[in-house]
Amino acid sequence: MHHTRSDDTDHRTALKRNVLSWSVFVAITPMILVSCIILYQYRISYHQRVNSHLEELINKHKQNIDTFLRERLGNIQDLARNFAFEQMSQEAFLQERLNILQRSYGPVFVDLGVINSKGVQVAYAGPFKLGHARYSDADWFQKVMENKSEYYKSDVFLGLRGVPHFIIAVKITSEGETWIVRATIDFVSFNTLVEKIRVGETGFAFILNKDGRFQTHAVHDVKPDKSPYSDFLNYNDEEKKHIHILERTDDSGNMNIYVAAFLKHGDWLLVYQQKASEAFFDYRRTVNVAVVIIMLGCLLILSTAILLSNKLVRLLARIDREKQMMNEQIVETGKLASIGELAAGIAHEINNPVAIMVGEAGWIEDLLEEEEFQASENLKEFRRSLKQIHIQGKRCKEITHKLLSFARKTGSRPQDINVNELMEELIALSAQRAKFSNVAIVTDFKDDIPSICVSQSELQQVFLNLINNALDAMEKDGGQIRISTKTEGNHVVVVVADNGPGIPSANLNRIFDPFFTSKPVGKGTGLGLSICYGIIKKMKGDIEVQSTTGAGTTFLVKIPLPED
Amino acid sequence: MESKQSQTVPWKQVQKGILKKQVTAMTEEGNIQASTRIKLLLVDDEEGFVNVIANRMSKRGIDATKALSGTDALKALRGQDFDVAVVDLKMQEMDGIELLRILKKMVPEMPVIMLTGHGSERAEEEGMEYGAFDYLTKPCELDELMQKIREALPRGR
Ligand SMILES: Nc1ncnc2c1ncn2[C@@H]1O[C@H](COP(=O)(O)OP(=O)(O)OP(=O)(O)O)[C@@H](O)[C@H]1O
Ligand SMILES: [Mg+2]
Repeated sequence: MHHTRSDDTDHRTALKRNVLSWSVFVAITPMILVSCIILYQYRISYHQRVNSHLEELINKHKQNIDTFLRERLGNIQDLARNFAFEQMSQEAFLQERLNILQRSYGPVFVDLGVINSKGVQVAYAGPFKLGHARYSDADWFQKVMENKSEYYKSDVFLGLRGVPHFIIAVKITSEGETWIVRATIDFVSFNTLVEKIRVGETGFAFILNKDGRFQTHAVHDVKPDKSPYSDFLNYNDEEKKHIHILERTDDSGNMNIYVAAFLKHGDWLLVYQQKASEAFFDYRRTVNVAVVIIMLGCLLILSTAILLSNKLVRLLARIDREKQMMNEQIVETGKLASIGELAAGIAHEINNPVAIMVGEAGWIEDLLEEEEFQASENLKEFRRSLKQIHIQGKRCKEITHKLLSFARKTGSRPQDINVNELMEELIALSAQRAKFSNVAIVTDFKDDIPSICVSQSELQQVFLNLINNALDAMEKDGGQIRISTKTEGNHVVVVVADNGPGIPSANLNRIFDPFFTSKPVGKGTGLGLSICYGIIKKMKGDIEVQSTTGAGTTFLVKIPLPED
Repeated sequence: MESKQSQTVPWKQVQKGILKKQVTAMTEEGNIQASTRIKLLLVDDEEGFVNVIANRMSKRGIDATKALSGTDALKALRGQDFDVAVVDLKMQEMDGIELLRILKKMVPEMPVIMLTGHGSERAEEEGMEYGAFDYLTKPCELDELMQKIREALPRGR
């Protein structure tokens, strides 16, 4: 039953930790789990949305570019098919054709040339002085000549003129004669086709040829020989038919999203790339908001858990304390009861011998009145001695009476008692002594106090003890006793307050102990308050004390009203 | 007074020996006249107590007949009438309340004063219900007892 305080504290800290961690765990885990699942699902669907959007975008552009290339090829094919070699080899005619093309398509076509099977340019229309240039060694010429198909679209190259461009060549074979119509496509206007694919701030596109060379303006950061570009370039024909989307971190540590599409039957690679942070900006923002909300939630849960566990532990501590107090009280009451029985037994047994002693002393007194003793020298001394026996006998009587009060189990029968009347009687009873000690007794009674049903003799004893104690305390210097009555809830409250010397705090929790007294030997038995305590507790009431040394003492007695 | 109880022997001795001039003494003291001495039945199982009370009362004009138990008291009643009875509540054989009930049946006009221990209000209340005249808490002063006896006697005595 007896355990130390530190044991309790350890136990409680452990309990608090347990309660705290469990409640936090139980509350936070599902929240985080659910949030993660939702965010994950959201991430997947968001990525899917972004990806399909990008795919669509790139697909559109790929088609645009392919269409552009196909149409330009168509223009040249028309030219070659519709006009005879003789006509085409006249520079004036060629120039006219070029003008027509430029009028309808803008500066896309830079120049036109007609080249015979030997690789000699027989006619030329355009800004450069390329007169009878020889192309027999040119890479594209050889490719066209050996090519089974009728046309050729070159990669971008510098060529004779030292300016990036690419050409479309159409081979015509008629009347045993093979000739080629070649058109130069303006790099700038083609390039704008690609460069206008810009999304946000970081999204841009470019084209690489099979060897990884730029077919559009070179982009500084892009290293075509590195992953993922090299991966794209190594795709097989089947793979080249589809659009590919990848997410990779680049050299500078940024996560990028890459979209790859193949143009020109797989010869060119159109790459669109954008920083993931931008592409998924909305997603990121949602995640951030969610994280903030989750954090706030966690914080809330944590603080609530701490608050609750603290409260719980405090409650437990209080219950423990109360339990311990109750245990102590039970032990105390048991002790008191046995002390009381013993005391009562002794008191009772002593009463009779004392009564006889006092009686015999009285008898001697009676006898001393006889004439024969009147002459005795010691008569005076006899009388004094006998008086002393009487006084001490009275003292014994007082002591035994108090002991019996302390031990008694039942007083007079409970009856309806008007507290105000009872207090008035007691005050009248004490008036003489109060006057003698220079103490004023003032009252503050509430009129409408219901009667209580208790033993009158017991109740009298309680308040007589309190008043007597106050009078004892103020015997020397006088003062005031203030007695007030009132109802509070279902209790009658009687307050007996004095402005005497007060009780030192060291004594305050001992004054209800039996035999505790600060009065000199022979003056107090120390039973007064313990009797009060016993009686009030038996009435299911309460008695409390407040005291300030030098300022006075207040006893507060609460007695329950009868329950009807 | 023809058949005195054996318990009154000490009183006789007293009368013969020490208190020869009692009648004058008592009139001087303003006590009850010898010719109208009160007859008291004193019932208590504490012999020393009965003796000393009886002695002191004899000096005050009361003839106390001592009974050490309820049965003794009833025996004494058979021989004579008493003006008043003083009965201790707590006795070994027959307790005071029971004796009181019997007394009240036998001689209802005789007032009975009870002696009680402290803190036995229940018994006091019960006694008063059975018709006791009053009660006194033991140990009590002789003067108090005398006072009560005087109160208990019908006027004119
Ligand atoms: N109103 C009061 N002012 C100052 N001290 C008080 C007051 N009431 C009680 N005390 C203190 O409490 C002690 C215990 O009181 P309690 O009535 O139990 O015993 P007591 O008065 O000493 O003895 P008894 O009542 O038997 O004569 C007193 O000795 C006194 O020191
Ligand atoms: Mg006291």
